[in-house]
Amino acid sequence: MGKLIAQRLALGFLTLFGASVLIFAGTELLPGDLASALLQNNATEENLAVMRKQLGLDRPAPVRYVEWFGGALKGDLGKSLATERPVAADLAPRLRNTIFLAIYAAVVAVPLAIALGLLAAVFQGSVFDRAVNTVTLMTISIPEYLVGYLLMKYISVQLGWLPTLANVTEETPLGERFYLSLLPMLTLVLVTIAHMMRMTRASVLAIMASPYIEMAFLKGIPKWIVVVRHAFPNALAPVISVVALNLAYLIVGVVVVESVFVYPGLGQLMVDAVSKHDVPVVQACGLLFASAFIVLNMLADIAAILANPRLRHPR
Amino acid sequence: MSAARLRLFGHRVTIPAMIGFVIIAVNLIAALGAPWLSPFDQADVVCEAWDDPTAEHLLGCDNLGRDLLSRLLFGARMSIGLSLLITTLSFSIGIVTGFTAAIAKGWVDAALSRAVDLMLSMPSLIFAFVVLSVLGTEIPVLVITLACLDSTRVFRLSRALAMNIVALEYVEVAKLRGEGLWWIITREVLPAARAPLIAEFGLRFSFAFLFVAALSFLGLGIQPPNADWGSMVRDYRDMINLGITAPFWPAGAIAVLTIGVNFVVDWLLAIQSRGHGENA
Repeated sequence: MGKLIAQRLALGFLTLFGASVLIFAGTELLPGDLASALLQNNATEENLAVMRKQLGLDRPAPVRYVEWFGGALKGDLGKSLATERPVAADLAPRLRNTIFLAIYAAVVAVPLAIALGLLAAVFQGSVFDRAVNTVTLMTISIPEYLVGYLLMKYISVQLGWLPTLANVTEETPLGERFYLSLLPMLTLVLVTIAHMMRMTRASVLAIMASPYIEMAFLKGIPKWIVVVRHAFPNALAPVISVVALNLAYLIVGVVVVESVFVYPGLGQLMVDAVSKHDVPVVQACGLLFASAFIVLNMLADIAAILANPRLRHPR
Repeated sequence: MSAARLRLFGHRVTIPAMIGFVIIAVNLIAALGAPWLSPFDQADVVCEAWDDPTAEHLLGCDNLGRDLLSRLLFGARMSIGLSLLITTLSFSIGIVTGFTAAIAKGWVDAALSRAVDLMLSMPSLIFAFVVLSVLGTEIPVLVITLACLDSTRVFRLSRALAMNIVALEYVEVAKLRGEGLWWIITREVLPAARAPLIAEFGLRFSFAFLFVAALSFLGLGIQPPNADWGSMVRDYRDMINLGITAPFWPAGAIAVLTIGVNFVVDWLLAIQSRGHGENA
């Protein structure tokens, strides 16, 4: 088992490295180069040469990549083209906000989704099961911003229970943070819960068809104990991978939700940087989002190996 | 096309699938007929900003005093047309590369598959951001970037489908006959893989559609003055605090079309898993 996990870890880091190359290469796609794109109409020969020197574009791409990735590993992400401040300094508070929101949403969404999925499996075919199924099928198709604005309109504007915007700052105390980001959290929960819940239900029901479950029923064990004690542990592996996939999705969904509620997170920073062509900031944000995605997927695979004894021994 | 229609009548159409087809038809009519159906031009200022709905302006007016219904209809054209273009392009790339990988095997397959694995190791929204930050957001750039990103998923499916098909005798015969790669892709493998690919097309379309809408909503997609549903939500969003419902029309339209497409895809997938002849 140790060897399997080590292999998965190595693959994860290799992927991370590959993703960093891809992010770097993505910004090299420009037919001209960054200097001519930034200068646009002011691009005379001298201006271009000065700009290239300033951006370090006069050196070959592989050298710049090694410098960039090497710096990123040490926490040096370069300087923003727009503000000329170090990217890492601008990034850190934003990153904390985004992680706060993502964990806040995950802590609510994961237990809720698993509980709903189990309930739907126990009461399979009932009105509750069908209602949950229909509602979740619809929330899968509804874009995050519609969910966000509907919540905003009914909960904040009409009922006046919660603030419409989640403008937290560095000084906002923790309790108020929870209150201010309640609506963005709810939006994220609603858009991620559907898949997790449906997958939990489907994998529990798939296990319910096996002979040892029938045996448990024949022994006279109540249905909910059969589901929770006998079926759920075996359904755990697919559930874990769906949970991780949805947490990874949460990271992307965060970009849109942050924009809806004007929440000062990493997603907002990245969107602003894209429209300003601020490449170092985009690269840094991209690297962070990609790492979170890759690490979550890696953890999911490892958790699945731990949860399912059959995966521990390679065939 | 005739094969798809035969299936439609050969199999019982469920109620959700029926609803889905109606939604898709209405949207297509809106998109194709926008210039004739809409009472005003999408860019004309015809009333005061945020006028309430009247008999003349059925949905009221937007932030600049343009007719909301007309913008919604022209928006359908932009949002749906662009997503269709992206999906078609992504399928062309994905199917050709996926089938090639399955037919050629060896290092071609390994190289293509690893490259796709790498692309899929990152959320496509994030990679799209990286590319758009240097290339800008003109429509051709948008279409090609999104199509390339999406084609990775089509590649996975078509490679898996083709793997099973190229193992069959008739493909082997075609190879022995000395047919070229293009012949084998289009004449031998594609017809056999058509049914699952049609369902996948619906699924990929709804992804592309939501993706374009999300980019436009973030201000990184289709740029003004062209109306499209995502950027309409963005333009009208500040009005929610004042109780104006304008942003819900385009946002709702996005959701309804996606739900409609998903209903139809669900039905198509159910037919395939039932196999041929059953429930005919």
